[in-house]
Amino acid sequence: MRRTLLALLFFVGLVAIWTAMVRAKIWSPVLLPSPHNVLDYLISAWRDGSLVSAAAVTLRRLLIGYFIGLAIGLPLGLLTASLTFVEDTIGVLALGLQTLPSVCWVPLALLWFGQTEGAMLFVVIMGTVWSVVIATDTGVRTIPPIYARAARTMGSRPLHRWVHVILPASLPYLISGMKQGWAFAWRSLMAAEIYVTILTGFGLGHLLHYGRELNAMDQVIGIMLVIVVIGLLADKILFSPWERFLHRRWGTGRV
Amino acid sequence: MADNQPVLNPGRHRLVMFQESALFPWLNTFGNVMFGLRLKPGLRNSERREVAKFFLHLVGLEKFMEANVHELSGGMKQRVALARALAPNPRVLLMDEPFAALDAMTREQLYGDIQRIWEKRRKTIIFVTHNVREAACLADRVMVMSPTPGRIREIFEVDLPRPRDFNSIEIAQHAAKLTAVLKGFAEQEVAVVS
Repeated sequence: MRRTLLALLFFVGLVAIWTAMVRAKIWSPVLLPSPHNVLDYLISAWRDGSLVSAAAVTLRRLLIGYFIGLAIGLPLGLLTASLTFVEDTIGVLALGLQTLPSVCWVPLALLWFGQTEGAMLFVVIMGTVWSVVIATDTGVRTIPPIYARAARTMGSRPLHRWVHVILPASLPYLISGMKQGWAFAWRSLMAAEIYVTILTGFGLGHLLHYGRELNAMDQVIGIMLVIVVIGLLADKILFSPWERFLHRRWGTGRV
Repeated sequence: MADNQPVLNPGRHRLVMFQESALFPWLNTFGNVMFGLRLKPGLRNSERREVAKFFLHLVGLEKFMEANVHELSGGMKQRVALARALAPNPRVLLMDEPFAALDAMTREQLYGDIQRIWEKRRKTIIFVTHNVREAACLADRVMVMSPTPGRIREIFEVDLPRPRDFNSIEIAQHAAKLTAVLKGFAEQEVAVVS
């Protein structure tokens, strides 16, 4: 209760500072709209359906791309951690490509796929896969070898060991890798949507882009807020249950 | 060789207890004991659960079935590890300095526990230790080994009645005999309880 109240106070304070800055008229209202204006925009965009449909388009791309990225990245990470050949090839590739900002995939995706959903998905997948590969690889390598040895003495065979020892033992790393992958997927998709207009769907990034074109700062800030809120919600829904489990079992999470 | 079969691989007929408990942090106490049992074929799951409960009871931790590994003390962890190793009913239990990382009080309590459990289960235990008194207290037969190459140099029979008290004079006398031999060459010995 006390925690919620303090957090609430913090955010009310933030909005109050914002309002005070608008009132002080340091910047033109075109550059810094009041919280009220932004709220007005959000309400009207909600009413005319543009906000909901854009969020739906964006989330669909994000989720599909993210889960494909996970489905590729997790097994690849397990392979790089267990086979030297894959470590020397895919592992190096992943390390290199992870440093490549995901916007850099956009030109390539456009030329390969044209202005299609495929291009969007490609950018999201490329943004996700490599960080997931590296997190999984690190996770598997960090497991104390005694777990696998103990399982071996109890008669565990390699496949059983992968499923029942290696995977659960690296869970803390896998979860943080999946979180990082999610953040990268979000970034990649927003970059792609802002840069590329595609006719198959109008996402949040496009609303942001047109907000800029129209000099509609209330729209720009409003959409940014929506993106932040979706990110927060996704974190709570997708990852919090896992993290609570980890903290309870491993006894981590509090200093 | 064991039971006229050459020993090539680790397996569930020869379970190992390590210096560290090697419990799995993603499972609770009960789940850890169940891990080895699940790998044993020919049991129904309800039977496995019964066996796991029986052995947790045997090591005195039936109240901690749902506890997470990080909530257990060092001695409790080793007791769970013991229950986990005993539960699949291995032919031989291999213990590699299982009490070395524990404090003296907990260790002495576990000497009592392990003798009590051994009385009930009568399992062959091969117990590696650097602690001479520990060897004299627990073993029927003590095999003194030389360091590199590890060879059995001498075998002692300890025929004291059980349960033995770690602090008794007889144990100390046996330990003194062992120490005298060890001073010659070795730093490691193996005790066999059978």
